Order: sequence, then C-alpha cells, then structure tokens
Amino acid sequence: MRFLSLAAKRLAASLPTLLLILIGMFLLLQLAPGDTVDAMLAQMGGGDASIAADLRRFYGLDLSVPAQLGHYLWRLIRLDLGFSAIYGKPVATVILERLPATLSLMGASLSLAFSAGMALGVIAARRVNRWPDTLISTVGLIFYATPSFWFGLMAIVLFSVHLQWLPAGGFGDVAMGYTGWRAALDIAWHLVLPTITLGLIFLAIYLRIMRASMLEVLSLDFVRTARAKGLRETRIITRHVLRNALLPMVTLIGLQAGTMLGGAVVVESVFSLPGLGRLAYESVVQRDLNTLLGIVFVSALLVIAVNFCVDLLYARLDPRIGT
Amino acid sequence: MNRRETFLLAGSSLVALPAIAQETPRRGGVMTVHFATEQRILNPSLQASTGVYIVGGKIQEALVDLDAAGNPTPVLAESWESSPDGKTITFKLRAGVTWHDGKPFTSADVAFTAMEMWKKILNYGTTLQLYLTAVDTPDPLTAVFRYERPMPLGLLLRALPDLGYISPKHIYETGDIRQNPANTAPIGTGPFRFVQYERGQFIIAERNPNYWRPNLPYLDRVVWRVVGDRAAAAAQMEAGQILFSPYSALAISDLQRLGRDPRFEVTTRGNEGNARTNTLEFNFRNPILADIRVRQALAHALNIPFFIENFLGPFAKPGTGPIPSVSTDYYPAGMPQYPFDAARANRLLDEAGHRRGAGGARFSLRLHPAPWGEDISLFATFIQQSLSQVGVRVEIVRLDAAGWLRTIYNDHNFDLASGWHQYRSDPAVSTTVWYRSGSPVGAPWTNQWGWSDPTIDQIIDNAATELDVGRRRALYADFVRRAQTELPLWMPIEQIFVSVFNRRLRNVGNNPRWASSSWHDTWLAS
Repeated sequence: MRFLSLAAKRLAASLPTLLLILIGMFLLLQLAPGDTVDAMLAQMGGGDASIAADLRRFYGLDLSVPAQLGHYLWRLIRLDLGFSAIYGKPVATVILERLPATLSLMGASLSLAFSAGMALGVIAARRVNRWPDTLISTVGLIFYATPSFWFGLMAIVLFSVHLQWLPAGGFGDVAMGYTGWRAALDIAWHLVLPTITLGLIFLAIYLRIMRASMLEVLSLDFVRTARAKGLRETRIITRHVLRNALLPMVTLIGLQAGTMLGGAVVVESVFSLPGLGRLAYESVVQRDLNTLLGIVFVSALLVIAVNFCVDLLYARLDPRIGT
Repeated sequence: MNRRETFLLAGSSLVALPAIAQETPRRGGVMTVHFATEQRILNPSLQASTGVYIVGGKIQEALVDLDAAGNPTPVLAESWESSPDGKTITFKLRAGVTWHDGKPFTSADVAFTAMEMWKKILNYGTTLQLYLTAVDTPDPLTAVFRYERPMPLGLLLRALPDLGYISPKHIYETGDIRQNPANTAPIGTGPFRFVQYERGQFIIAERNPNYWRPNLPYLDRVVWRVVGDRAAAAAQMEAGQILFSPYSALAISDLQRLGRDPRFEVTTRGNEGNARTNTLEFNFRNPILADIRVRQALAHALNIPFFIENFLGPFAKPGTGPIPSVSTDYYPAGMPQYPFDAARANRLLDEAGHRRGAGGARFSLRLHPAPWGEDISLFATFIQQSLSQVGVRVEIVRLDAAGWLRTIYNDHNFDLASGWHQYRSDPAVSTTVWYRSGSPVGAPWTNQWGWSDPTIDQIIDNAATELDVGRRRALYADFVRRAQTELPLWMPIEQIFVSVFNRRLRNVGNNPRWASSSWHDTWLAS
C-alpha cells in the first residue's frame, strides 16, 4: 500500500512536467516548415493541389494550431493518443508494437554496460595506477569516443560480412518463419551485435564511475577498520566496499534510461531494428505529430518508472535512505 | 546474301540466343528485397510512386505493362482500341482472372478503380484522367473509357503501366477508401499474395497458387526488408540477407565497390522507364534571376561532364532538356544547349549589369538542394564552387523533405533549388507540369518559378490532346526548344536508377520498369 501511494505521488508530481513537455513539443513541431502532407507528397513523388487539400482535411490539418492543440489535449485527458498519420493505426498500437524491440535492446545493453562496467571498475580500482587500470581505462575511453554508427557498421563488416557469424540486421529472420522459443532465440541472436554496440558506449561511463566510487570508499575509515580486524580483502571488497560504491552507479541508471532511448536511434537505424528511436526519427521527418507526442509521452513514463525503481533500490542498498 | 541465307542466319541466331540462357527455371526460393522508402500504403491504384510499386506491383496488376522493348503489353487487358475521335477507348479484359480472395475480376472493378481512385485520389492519375467522364461496362469483360476531350491512345498506354493498377471493387466500395484496411494489406490478382506487414521491419508475400499465368510464379515468397541506413543495406547485401536493392538506394561508393564484386550485378538495366534528370530551378521573383542572361550565365558556368565523370560515375550522362534520351518516341535531338564556357558566363553577367565588386563577388544566391539522393547534395556543392569562379556567391540551405517542398513550392522562399525531375514514359504525365503555368500554389514539382509563357502553355495543351503520333512528336520538339531557350529551369544531368542484383537471381531487369513490375518469371538459382 505504501508502495502504491508512493508510486501515485511520484506520478502526480511529474504530471505538470509531462504536460509542459507535450505542449512544448507540439509547438516546436509547428515551427518546422512543412506538415505531414508535404512529407507524404515528397514520398509519393508529387500530386496536384486538390489531393493535398483532401489529405489535409483527412489528417485534420485544416484546423488552426490552437484548435489542433486543444483537440490533442482533450484526447489525451481521455487517454487517447490519437491516430498515426504514417501508420494509419492508433498511436498506442504503433508504440506497443515498437516497445518490445526497444525494451529488449535497452534492457540488454544496460545490463551489459552495468555488469561489465562494474566488474572492470572494481578490477581497475584494485590495481589502481598499475597496468590493468591503465589498460581498462584506455579501452573504456576508446569505446566512449567511438561514434556508435561507426562501431556498429564495423561490427557488421567484421562479424556479418567477413566472418558470417552473426546476422547483419533485423529483429529476427522473417524469411525463416520461426515461432515460439525458436523465434525468441532468433531475436536474441539478432540482438547480440546491437546490444554490444550500444552497451560498449555506456560501459565506459559505468567503468569510470565505478572506479572513482570504489577508490573513494576504499579510503574511508570503516574499510580500514575492516582490514584491521583481519578480514580477507575479497570479503572487504564484496561486503563493505562494493555495496557502498554501488549507489552512484544506480543513480546513473536512472539518468541514462532516457539517454539510452535517444541514443538507440543510431543503433536501431544501423541494425534495422523496429524500435522507438527510429519511430521518433521517422515521425519528425514525416511530421507525424500524434506519433511523436505519443512517443514522448511513453518515454517520459518509462523514465519516471525507471527512476522510481532506482529510488526503491537506494533504500535496499543503503537502509539509511528512507523512501 | 539471298533470302534463303538470311533466313538461315536468322534461324541460327534464334537457336543460338536461348542457348546462352539455357537454364531450366527452378521453382521455389525466397527473394529478399531492400526496401528503403517505406510508404504509408501499399496500394498502387491509390499512390503512384516507386516505393509503392516495389511491393504493390507484385500483388496487384495493371491493365497493361511494358515488354522488353518498352512497348505496351497485355496484362489484365487483353486488347484495346480507340475510336477515331480519340474520345472512346475500349479495353477487352482477360477472362478467368480471380482476386486473391477468390472473387472474379470483372469490368466493374476497372470502372470503380478508374472513377473512384485514378480520377480522384491517385497522384498524376487525377491529371491524366481529368477529362474522363465515365467508364461503361457493357459486359463483365469490356470496359469503355469515355473522355470529354481526345485522349491519345499512345499516351494512355504508356501511362497505364504506372497509373493503371486495378483494385477490387468489392473490398473498396463501402467506407472511406483512404482508410480501407486493404491499403496496407492489399488484395490483388498478381503473382504474389500478401501475407504480413510489420512496419519498419518487413513485408511478406507468397506465391499465388491460382495465378492466371499457368505454372507461375517460380518464387515461393518475396520478403521486403525495411533498411533505412544505406551502409547497413550494403552490408546486408554482402551478407546475403538481401538479394536485390532497387532504385539507387545504396551509396555511390558502395555501388562502385559492389560492381567490382563477381557476386553482384550493378546495372541500370530494367530501369530505363524510370529516367530522372537533375534540375536547377530558378526563382523569377528574384529580379537577378528573372534576367535570361543571368540564367544562361549560370548554366554556362557549370562543367557538367567534369562533375559527372568525377562524382557520379558511369550511371549518369549530360542531359539535353526535359525529355531524356531514353524516351525513344519523343526525344528531340539538336536542341539549344549550354556547354561549359566560363568566359561566356562572365561576359553575360557583365552584360546583365552585375559587375564584380569587392573580392570579385557579383551577387549572392541561396541554393536549396532536395534532401533525397546523394547526387543532389554533391551537385549543390559543385554548383556552389563553380559559381564562385564567376563571382556568384552561393549559400547552401539544407532542409528535410517536408520543409524543402513547403519552402520551394508553397512559400517560394528560395533563389536556386536543385532536385530531380522524374520522367514517366510520356512527357504529358509529369514533365510538362514543370513548365505549364497555372498550377496552384503548393503543388510540388510544378511550375512555381513565377514564370509564365503563353507560347509554351499553348504547345503543351496542343500536344496533350494531339492524336497523331508524328504531330505529337513535333509538338514536343517545339516544347523542348522553347524550354531550353527560355530556361525557366535547367535539366543538365540525365540519370537512370541503378539496381544491384545478387547473381543468383534470374530473369531480372528484363523490362524497362522491372523493379516496379510483377516478377512473375523471376527465379532463384540454387
């Protein structure tokens, strides 16, 4: 019960922000030249003016901007995200179709970045300023500095084109027509390269934070006490240091959940994954307001949810922090 | 050589020719296709664009298509004839054709599609069928098109492969056509049946077991993979995940690289019907550009052969006017041209009163390149650098598709624009609109230059209703001459789309609009 009321309170507190974001997006997109009918005509390769007028009526673009905004907000109050111009389906359906790819990619690469970052950070901190530390930090920096599209393409060239170990793109192999477990395995197989590409960039950040945080905790008094009472080094690291050093890492997850939704656009494009990032990009290019606002709405909810989980985790890791 | 020898020779070459391609078509296999330009719908009777034909053209069929030589060949229509006054055109339809849902195909479908789709919704169709008043259906296999003004049969037959796809009346007759679920799950008469469409991922179609061409198609399935990233698509091509990439969808450097790889064929074959020209569009609302001498000078300042040789490679050639050389019926030779001549460009600009000022600059212009096509972007940079040589400063303004169309064709807020003009089999379909005055503001790819010329309007109108092929050809020669003399826009480069085929594919590129056509005879070698 306490949990639920806390969740409700959190949601209520973020509602005004959410509303401001949506209105801001709506107005921002009005500033872009051209509307969804222009984008459609560009795709079609032309059409006469009566077709364009017909289509504008069809998409409700013949109304004034305040009227369109009013309509949108009124629909939103009734939890109706509207109709997607590009997809010809309700926005909620379109987003739901795209969520699995985004969530699995996000979840997998976040786990990879977090666990590998943590492990490497611990190793680097324990061998601070010696060769393993230098090596890990340098490699991390290289990953961080490499543009993700280049990284992804090089991975495709190496693992798909030359070695032919992994598929070059797509969310499962449609031509094979798998079902059930076989399909899930197939999707996982297709996600290996994208996960590594996206994960490695974030890995560097986790690695740096973990290393710094470990070094800080290692210098604290209670660690010296633990050492003084004769505990083994491994036990000190796992029981005493790690748990305290994890707090900044968990904070980072909350912060990066949003970044990852955005950063996935490039990876989704390179690997032709049907995720939210690509959908958002497409909606901007096609001036599909409803879809774009729907994505903003869902992403905001996702970020709020992740941050809520992070708060709960804080309490688990450090009982001194109340919820 | 006597007649007998000639006959023998012809006979032996007839025998010899098939011997080269003496392979028995293999049934089965999945053809995977690169789909870079995902559209909102898949029904080609509602939207005329290559992005729709590449999928919908296998599922739905048109009344006619083009054969290997580029002549109209029967598909759903078996024969056609025009009345002497050109106002009545009668199509005899193919018997025994059924829709994928089992219902028979009849003249009612043709009449419904023509009146409700081509005339009201289909882009370019609305213009082509502007004077269509009715389609009579005296019996289930006869459709009689009645026109208010004469319709040249040649024009209609050349336009119909693209603008003549038929949709089933029984699916579309109730409700709003634009919202019909069949728009993204099409039902047709074609060799492949629609199976599944996952947005942003793939489309699947499978063999139609009841196809009217006996024992065809050969392929089991066609799978279109949506891949937006060009480098990724090239990698999938190399990894064998994609067997065919149509319409120049890969990067120019990748096309050249794959062209050297024995596993692939990189060619313009099969795209002859999809010629395009690069444009340089002038805004006459800018008084500097309203002066013919300035427009001529800008044209003379660009070394087009140099640009083609160094940037576009073998798939482009210098253009000579709005009608490209692939149009064997209407291409006129010997029209006014603007060869590279910097001295002349400088002289013309001086004469127009634009002397070089501080730093050698005469005046500045904004150039808006269209956001599609790597060549357009390269051409814009080339224009910028070439014009700086003759003292014209060019600022390049880049916009996305919607923004570009709105800025150029609706707001007219540009000096120079550059994009593509697509030639669609006959100049009356989508070429003359670039020159004819009177297009409403906002209609893309039409004359929005602030230029109007009664002479060219007259020529265009006469040619559109001229029934005599010879006179029509002469009128289009006049049209090109006038266009090249007045130069309201310039079309200096001619290109044909490039296809990349995996060499396992057979019977590909065997008609001038192959990527759009039905692929009923395509097969996959093991």
